[in-house]
Amino acid sequence: MASVSTPARQAATGSRRAGFRRATATDRRRSPGGAGWLFATPFLVFFTLFLIVPIGIGLWMSFTDASLTGHGDNAFVGLDNYTEAFGDSQVWQTLGNTVWFTVLTTVPLVVIALVMALLVYTGMPGQWLWRLAFFASHLLPVAVVYQIWSMLFQPDRGMLNSLLGIFGIDGIAWLTDEKYAMWSIALVTLWWTVGFNFLLYLAALQAIPDHLYEAAALDGAGAWRRLWSVTLPQLRRTTALIAVLQLMASLKVFDQIYLLTKGGPNGATRPILEYIYDTGFTNYRLGYASAVSYVFFGLIIILSIAQLKIFSRRED
Amino acid sequence: MTTETLSPRTPGKHRSTMPREVVRRRRYGGHAWHPTLGTGPLPRVLTLLALALMTVVWLVPFGWGVDTSFKTEVDASASGADWIPKAGFTLEAYRTIFGQGNLPVWAVNSVVIAVCVTAITVAVSAMAAYAFSRTLFRGRRVLFAVTVASIMVPPQILIVPLFRQMLAMNLVDTYAAVILPQVVAPAMVFILKKFFDGIPRELEEAARIDGAGSFRVFWSVVLPLSRPILAAVAIFVFINTWNNFLWPFISTSDPQLMTLPVGLSTVKDSTGLRNAQESAASILGSIPLLIVFMLFQRQIVRSVATTGLGGQ
Repeated sequence: MASVSTPARQAATGSRRAGFRRATATDRRRSPGGAGWLFATPFLVFFTLFLIVPIGIGLWMSFTDASLTGHGDNAFVGLDNYTEAFGDSQVWQTLGNTVWFTVLTTVPLVVIALVMALLVYTGMPGQWLWRLAFFASHLLPVAVVYQIWSMLFQPDRGMLNSLLGIFGIDGIAWLTDEKYAMWSIALVTLWWTVGFNFLLYLAALQAIPDHLYEAAALDGAGAWRRLWSVTLPQLRRTTALIAVLQLMASLKVFDQIYLLTKGGPNGATRPILEYIYDTGFTNYRLGYASAVSYVFFGLIIILSIAQLKIFSRRED
Repeated sequence: MTTETLSPRTPGKHRSTMPREVVRRRRYGGHAWHPTLGTGPLPRVLTLLALALMTVVWLVPFGWGVDTSFKTEVDASASGADWIPKAGFTLEAYRTIFGQGNLPVWAVNSVVIAVCVTAITVAVSAMAAYAFSRTLFRGRRVLFAVTVASIMVPPQILIVPLFRQMLAMNLVDTYAAVILPQVVAPAMVFILKKFFDGIPRELEEAARIDGAGSFRVFWSVVLPLSRPILAAVAIFVFINTWNNFLWPFISTSDPQLMTLPVGLSTVKDSTGLRNAQESAASILGSIPLLIVFMLFQRQIVRSVATTGLGGQ
């Protein structure tokens, strides 16, 4: 510790002695270089070892036929893996499934979260209960979500089909019918994760300054009018952020699909991440799995950059 | 970025802890005037109805799990939506799973792993954020830009090379393999750096004039002022680690090292003939975090609000 503080202290006193005029404002306010490196090093070590290095290894592996079974067969195969990936119908199908899942989930996960937040923001008694009810499911481990919903979805004995039966509707093969499987997964995902967006909206609502509402009320705006002319416009930026975050999160879906359907029926729900997992860890083709990972990564990067562009334009 | 729910606690600036609706009701002289709610009883009744309906819909699935865990296996696999089982409620399922299985082991693993990841992440991220915010080391701009850019990298695409790396480092099926890749949280560094930027530099300068070095300033001035954001980051990291599935699932195959989400998912059989036991295990597996949430709801809500959009 002494070695950390001493040079810093010397430099600090040194710059004071040198007079305020010679040191810039920033220089005086920041401590000098050596200490900075010491502070940053632990993070940078982890960052390098477990983020930068894997990115590099993955990129290298994507140009080889590396496999999980044998050793010493990491032959360089050039762009073969990428050529294969772009011609692989499984890549396109799983990418399509991923995009379909994202389309199905993003809108309800934003809209229903907003509705929940608006309802709770009215300050109805029982705040603690509402927050608990809407957010608690987000805290459940995916295995619990899997257990609960596989019971609810059971086609012949499950609760959902029994409920449909009361209304005289025939039961649905929720997870085993290609027509419904992705919708069922989307339903589970909505139930499981909407609470997170709900809390983000709630915080954004509470950050809207009161004077806007007061001004609107003075102008004779009723509650409905205040909602449309003050609240929703004020939430526009938050909505954009939540939608983008949700989009990115939905594209990375794996857990609930892997557990509930294993990607079935007939590959109808298999997302790209599961294809990467299957290729790498079930078929042991690490090189090819890396290449598919990077194709997916490319898609994410393109979307991220597009999003940055849109946002920076909007802020102008 | 949008929601500045936390700002540095500067001396003399007291933050009200009173719930907002109370503040508002007082301000408007006891009227039920509310920004988004009409006057009169009808809007209130409709709102309450909508809230109650959504609450029921959201609680029913979990409630069904709880209900099933108290049934006999026969009733648990019976057809229909009967909340009250024919054979009455029983603790049989809980008794069975306590006597067998790895549930306690997985719970301990989850605690150890989540605590380690949280402690390491908060420590290294806060130090790095301080370095980026307040020191002038060479290359800090580039390194910070790289850190921020890396927020875009989804950890999921790194599972293959990371697994290969763990094989090479001989770490597969160890705590280290589960923990280490999870402590890299560039988004948290970004959030903390933004917060540190907002701490008035005068406080730090006063400490420096009193002879404090960088470490002392960090420990005695910056960290105490940053308690709310550190708590927010810690809670966020803890919840995410506790429920992380993909990486622990890939990096462990030994049941003795599995976390709750992974372990629970391996014991479920698809026949549904052990619904009660599996529900009981699930309920026990979700209780720790639910209790934590009930006790610290306000802090957790604030944590999500501050860190949730922070990655952007």
